[in-house]
Amino acid sequence: MKEEGIELIKDGKRLDGRGFDELRPIKIEVGVLKRADGSCYFELGDNKVIAAVYGPREMHPRHAQDAKMAVLKYRYNMAPFSVDERKRPGPDRRSVEISKVSREALEPVIIKEFYPKTEIDVYVEILQSDAGTRTAGINAASIALADAGIPMKDLVSSVAVGKIDGEVVLDLNAVEDNYGEADMPIAMIARRNTITALQMDGRMTKDEFEKGLKLAMNACQQIYELQRTALIERYSEM
Amino acid sequence: MKKMYKVVIPGDFISEDVNRAGEGTYIEEGKVYAMRYGVVDDKDEIKVVPFVGKYQPAKGDVVIGRITEISFPYWIVDIASPYEARLHMSEVTSGGKKRVEFGSMHTYLDIDDLIVAKVTNTDALMRIDLGLMEDFQLGGGGRLITIPHTKVPRIIGRKGSMIRMLKEKCNCFIFVAKNGRIWIKGKEEDMNLASEVILMIAHEAHTSGLTDRVADFLNSYRRIGDTGRG
Repeated sequence: MKEEGIELIKDGKRLDGRGFDELRPIKIEVGVLKRADGSCYFELGDNKVIAAVYGPREMHPRHAQDAKMAVLKYRYNMAPFSVDERKRPGPDRRSVEISKVSREALEPVIIKEFYPKTEIDVYVEILQSDAGTRTAGINAASIALADAGIPMKDLVSSVAVGKIDGEVVLDLNAVEDNYGEADMPIAMIARRNTITALQMDGRMTKDEFEKGLKLAMNACQQIYELQRTALIERYSEM
Repeated sequence: MKKMYKVVIPGDFISEDVNRAGEGTYIEEGKVYAMRYGVVDDKDEIKVVPFVGKYQPAKGDVVIGRITEISFPYWIVDIASPYEARLHMSEVTSGGKKRVEFGSMHTYLDIDDLIVAKVTNTDALMRIDLGLMEDFQLGGGGRLITIPHTKVPRIIGRKGSMIRMLKEKCNCFIFVAKNGRIWIKGKEEDMNLASEVILMIAHEAHTSGLTDRVADFLNSYRRIGDTGRG
């Protein structure tokens, strides 16, 4: 992955001035869509995503229903204008994979037995992308699901770690992702330190992996606190 | 200053008193946690009352439904739930003494008609059976409003105190169904006031002292209204 000639770390700082273990600024707004049952707008640096949850509602097609529990559906979709070069609209190999992985990241916390034969739809739209959209999407979806009143055991928080110029760093941006050596998105239930999704692209040694995991766990705690605050404050300001 | 009930999110620790754990909570390793985003109700049992959520029909509930389809010998009824309910033809023919001819069901109840019905049965296949209540037909100059079904107890109030006050001060017929649908009937301006107040209660359901605040609001409104009319 490493290409020649781009220095990603200067004087112990990253190109955008962050330290190795620093997240990009996060902004969260709950309940932004009036017609959805639950929704959330989430910014992670230059990533801007919106998540909408509908349901539980009657499931179609009927043969796909589960007689014992609700079915969770997750659609990750990138807007054509979300990246520098126009993205061809519609699902592609990448977004289908991300949808599946994200759905499986959230499934462990959702209590589906309360609404048999129904479906819960999660739509995640990427409005602007700067690496780490799947993690931002999971964070947003988790809040939107809670906002929709879906029974859940906990929230899921997600962040990526990676390796650039030989250093393990937290939350890569697009330049670091493109010219770095490795990228590893992680989703977890922050309070229990339970990992619900982990992917890796690139190479890291075992030590680097463990160091990265530790960074991610700390960051997920921070993200969890922000998610929690956003939900609590929604009903406190009135 | 409005006092707030305690807001919790899924996974929040609530108590160690496992024996009192109620709806909206789950137990893990001897502790009670919130299962839903809502407020804690800690009176007899520990419950989490969610802010929103889909109505889950239960036997005995009285609901307001809307006919969506006629599929002999059933009417299919939307009851603001993920599950559609069905109403058997015999419900309108006083126990099957009269016969309803195939194709004439719409003369009794037609698509889009509103009805008041009781959930008579639910089963594992999530089939919901309805029975009609007396005065089941809603119509003729009333108004239907919808709130999250989780807020219905707030509209009714303790021992019906809130709804009694609403009916009295708004001069309206108000019927609150378990599925969050509310039927109001009265003079146009009275209905406007009633729906405004009901939406206000739903909006502030998680704050305490609500009955007093609603009373103040209604009293001040009436005073202004009365002087206006001379």
